[in-house]
Amino acid sequence: MTQLQLQKDANAAAHGSEPAHTHWREYFSFSTDHKVIGIQYLVTSFMFYLVGGVLADLVRTELKTPESDFVSPEVYNSLFTLHGTIMIFLWIIPCLVGGFGNYLVPLLIGAQDMAFPRLNAIAFWIIPPAGLLLCSSFFVGPPQAGWTSYPPLSLIDAKGGEAIWILSVLLLGTSSIMAAINFLVTLLKMRIPGMGFNQMPLFCWSMMATSAITLIATPVLTGALVLLAFDLLLGTAFFNPTGGGDPVVYQHMFWFYSHPAVYIMILPAFGMISEILPVHARKPIFGYRAIAYSSIAISFLGLIVWAHHMFTSGTPDWLRMFFMVSTMVIAVPTGIKVLSWTATVWGGKLRLTSAMLFAMAFVSMFLIGGLSGVMLAAVPFDIHVHDTYFVVAHLHYVLFGGSVFGIYAGLYHWFPKMTGRMLNETWGKIHFVLMFVGFNLAFLPMHKLGLEGMNRRIAIYDPKFETLNFICTMGAYLLAISTLPFIGNAVWSWLYGPKAVDNPWQALTLEWMTTSPPPVENFERVPVLATGPYDYGMSDLNGEDDANQEVPFGKDFDPALSAGPDSSLRAGPDPAVAARPEDRQGESQNRD
Amino acid sequence: MKQVPNSITTLIVGVTITLVSIWYAQNHGLLPTAASKEASLIDGLFNAMLGISTGLFLLIQGALVVSAFKFRRRKGDDTDAAPVHGNVPLEIVWTAIPAVIVLWLSVYSFDVYKAVDSGSLHSMHAMPKTAQTAQPGRVATLAGAAIAAPLPQLTETAPQPETRNQQQQDAAMQDPATANVRNDQVPQRREAPGAGVTSPQFGPDSSETGQPPEFVVNVTGLRYAWIFTYPDSGVTAGELHLPTGQEVELNISANDVIHAFWVPAFRLKQDAIPGRQSRLRFTPTTIGTYPLICAELCGPYHGAMNTQVIVQTPEEYRSWVQEQTETASSSSSTIASNPAEQSASEFLAPYAEQFGALPQLSADAQTMASSSNSALLARR
Amino acid sequence: MQSSTIDSTQAARNAHGSQEASATHHAEHPDHRLFGFIVFLISESMLFVGLFLAYFTFRLVAPEWPPVGTPQLERLLPGINTVILLSSSFVIHQADVAIKRNNVAGLRGWFLATMLMGGTFLAGQIYEYKHLEFGLKSNLFGSTFYVLTGFHGLHVLAGLILMAIVLWRSRKAGHYSDQQHFGVEAAEIYWHFVDGVWIVLFGLLYLWR
Repeated sequence: MTQLQLQKDANAAAHGSEPAHTHWREYFSFSTDHKVIGIQYLVTSFMFYLVGGVLADLVRTELKTPESDFVSPEVYNSLFTLHGTIMIFLWIIPCLVGGFGNYLVPLLIGAQDMAFPRLNAIAFWIIPPAGLLLCSSFFVGPPQAGWTSYPPLSLIDAKGGEAIWILSVLLLGTSSIMAAINFLVTLLKMRIPGMGFNQMPLFCWSMMATSAITLIATPVLTGALVLLAFDLLLGTAFFNPTGGGDPVVYQHMFWFYSHPAVYIMILPAFGMISEILPVHARKPIFGYRAIAYSSIAISFLGLIVWAHHMFTSGTPDWLRMFFMVSTMVIAVPTGIKVLSWTATVWGGKLRLTSAMLFAMAFVSMFLIGGLSGVMLAAVPFDIHVHDTYFVVAHLHYVLFGGSVFGIYAGLYHWFPKMTGRMLNETWGKIHFVLMFVGFNLAFLPMHKLGLEGMNRRIAIYDPKFETLNFICTMGAYLLAISTLPFIGNAVWSWLYGPKAVDNPWQALTLEWMTTSPPPVENFERVPVLATGPYDYGMSDLNGEDDANQEVPFGKDFDPALSAGPDSSLRAGPDPAVAARPEDRQGESQNRD
Repeated sequence: MKQVPNSITTLIVGVTITLVSIWYAQNHGLLPTAASKEASLIDGLFNAMLGISTGLFLLIQGALVVSAFKFRRRKGDDTDAAPVHGNVPLEIVWTAIPAVIVLWLSVYSFDVYKAVDSGSLHSMHAMPKTAQTAQPGRVATLAGAAIAAPLPQLTETAPQPETRNQQQQDAAMQDPATANVRNDQVPQRREAPGAGVTSPQFGPDSSETGQPPEFVVNVTGLRYAWIFTYPDSGVTAGELHLPTGQEVELNISANDVIHAFWVPAFRLKQDAIPGRQSRLRFTPTTIGTYPLICAELCGPYHGAMNTQVIVQTPEEYRSWVQEQTETASSSSSTIASNPAEQSASEFLAPYAEQFGALPQLSADAQTMASSSNSALLARR
Repeated sequence: MQSSTIDSTQAARNAHGSQEASATHHAEHPDHRLFGFIVFLISESMLFVGLFLAYFTFRLVAPEWPPVGTPQLERLLPGINTVILLSSSFVIHQADVAIKRNNVAGLRGWFLATMLMGGTFLAGQIYEYKHLEFGLKSNLFGSTFYVLTGFHGLHVLAGLILMAIVLWRSRKAGHYSDQQHFGVEAAEIYWHFVDGVWIVLFGLLYLWR
């Protein structure tokens, strides 16, 4: 009997009675079901992804030629400002944290819902108005100061748009804090019996790390934005040098949030990849603890590296060196993850589904972003490439090659669970190839552009960079086109796709132990953790492959007694009678 | 168990990856001409990092690609792979190796940084003997006095670290050309290195090393132009002319918003922040004309805020200075007559073709640029 | 060579645990609100940490602090105010003690007293605002002073509202008891938090010259 069969039998009683399809109206309501909220987040953020993508392609169209010939420079600045803000605050963070986090966390730990369902719904319903508010700035003169909004520039141009930007980001930040409280409490307090920290699926670890940094860092951004709003609207001079303020203080406060925000945007994707790779490689995750603890290490280190964004803006030598070293050290836990994923894939029996392809592409694209990240940490080199296309390339390899590939991997992997229908694999692979090629075409040449001297956020550039920019623009168009097969595939499959079975990928984690889609409150009874989350390839617990072995958990109301008298699975009614003394002690550790 | 290829294959792959990485690190052709002493050090650091990155990239990427082919599921095989949960020695190794690499990189970067920042690169320069032996705090005074007139800021008392910005600004303002273009309405911040906030500084500090730079250029960033004023000759220019082989100190500040002075060929960049005096000290080495770029978003015409840095032989440089002084004196009557009524852009109009960006400004941007400057410049 | 991360004994024990948990599966959710509230306050405190550090830096990089022409802050009234606010923390704790003894009348009395003290603090704050010679826009010191104390004042106000809600709800007999008193505890913890912030704030703005 395989672990899969064991896990399935153990959870037969918990399994939902029949797939619970959600009426479409439910998605437009103030639902408190974490699965509805998760899908609300995913769909909403995907809409904003499309908006941000259109903005990106407009930016690239302007950059196709060296002259400023497509839009006015003011509009151009607004385009990249909104592109950055939307992609970060309305796509990656809400999609990964809000969407996948909400959908998966309770299922993975066997809970019925999040700890605070109403708070969860409120956190979601802040997003659409805040996003629309941000988009509405198009009508009053959108913000032009970049997503970083450095004063004093942000205090001078397009003040109306800037005020809207501040308000919108404040709202989105509030929503993230609410969600983070919810995740932390859910993960710490609501795991099923027997699931200690070290039995949690890795996505839970990464969500725990993400929530911790959200809670610590976001309020500081709130503080910075409030002060910026005072400067902008009431005429104080916190960050306005003419009035005696100091713009560098804003940069410190901003990056104290915004660097950890990078980890908020990538850690959940790390977690998802750690879930997806073992399933499709049919092999346990390599080095569970290393991956789990490195998430925590990254979230801690992520809080003490922010000033590496400010190597050219005035930090004393000792601080430059401190931040250089701390930034480089982050490469260690990140490297552990990348190598562990590679080792997970190595020697597996890879089922190269679309989800798996995206997950493997995630590892290789993130690798490039990670390597250029280490380079950027070196102060002398950073001084050269700071604020250039090298940085643009780096951040897109991390956030697009990383987070977005991760998001797609997650969508292909969990779509059957979410909708009860399968995505079309052929179209999935077409999507993958187009996106992979388009992505590299768009962003790989940017490394060279930046090294050679093309600075970022410009509408006009040196004609010698035209060829590479043209290639980048074509890549960006290809990226836009690559989204179409996905949208078509997702919409068609959601409506008419072949029905998904409960566990189409033969995965071991608990979300697959109930119906697709799961019923309200997920499980009929509290699920049983009969096997580790990644115990692929491990056969019968007694080391024999006996299909006739008595199923220990088959009977609904007394799983403990349903095991045969000789079965090793026969549960002692009292932990005190466990066979081995160390198991008796284990009881108290694993109960919360 | 993890599939281990036999040792010969491993060896061949390892050697190939190493050779390819080393070759690529030397022949990547990704960087522009290196035109300063500092650039070659920074390029060396980049090459090293690129080599290591290439190696790691090939190794991991290779493993992934090989897996995708070699470990593909065969048709009809629905079983799972061999369960390997981990390998502690291997994990220790691949934690230790990156740790050693980044430590080494940190040390290497630190060395490069120190070499550029402390001026050990420049120690070859002939300096007055007294400078080396004197008290660090007084060095600038002595050395500056020895060099004398063209360095007004150094003939002042040595700058107190904390009020350096104010003193630097006062010194710069003694030069009439600089005073004409620079906004002195911005209160200068104090330095607070202990709290992590200082002005951007890179390159040896004369108050610390006791070696004053061979000459000083005041750089002022305003939307959307760079203005270079040469205190020792009174020249104002929209392009940066530098004699080759001479150590120069740029004293950079901004009038309105944050700009960043960047010359890719020098591999040097420094933010220009209103209320702060950034310092950048380096030695250009290669004759040529290189782009000089504003690298910090400063408004709609940020992309047009570039000019050139022209590295010349000392003779060419001197004749350029001479030329500038003559044209300036012929046109200075109009400028000097009533500067108080001129906005910055009006004042700068004679230099407009040099600045490049200004003529391209739309009327709208002109108004914006001048409204932020004119108020500040009007009082003169 | 390696066994499952969950061995057979453990799996069976998990099954047993889950079965026990299932008995209460659809019963009332366990109450995690207090834990969630504490997590929220940790996050909230970072807002103040950020603002304090900003103040600290502004102060260090300013050529003179407070900037020329800023009158020295009067310490007497704020000092009295501080004593009132800090002692109200002890008062509100009595409410907690009372409700744990099921004494709702005591709870209401102590809460009213705390609110009165909090209200006095706010009134004192407003009085101080009215008599200061500098405004929000006078200079950087004025800006930081008003924003920091204003932010804290808003938190005091929020604390008063929380207590008002608890008072309103306590009309219904049995709403708060020795078993169920999340609202009371939350209001109390929040109030201690507001006090703690004030101590730092008072030190930074009034005492550090």
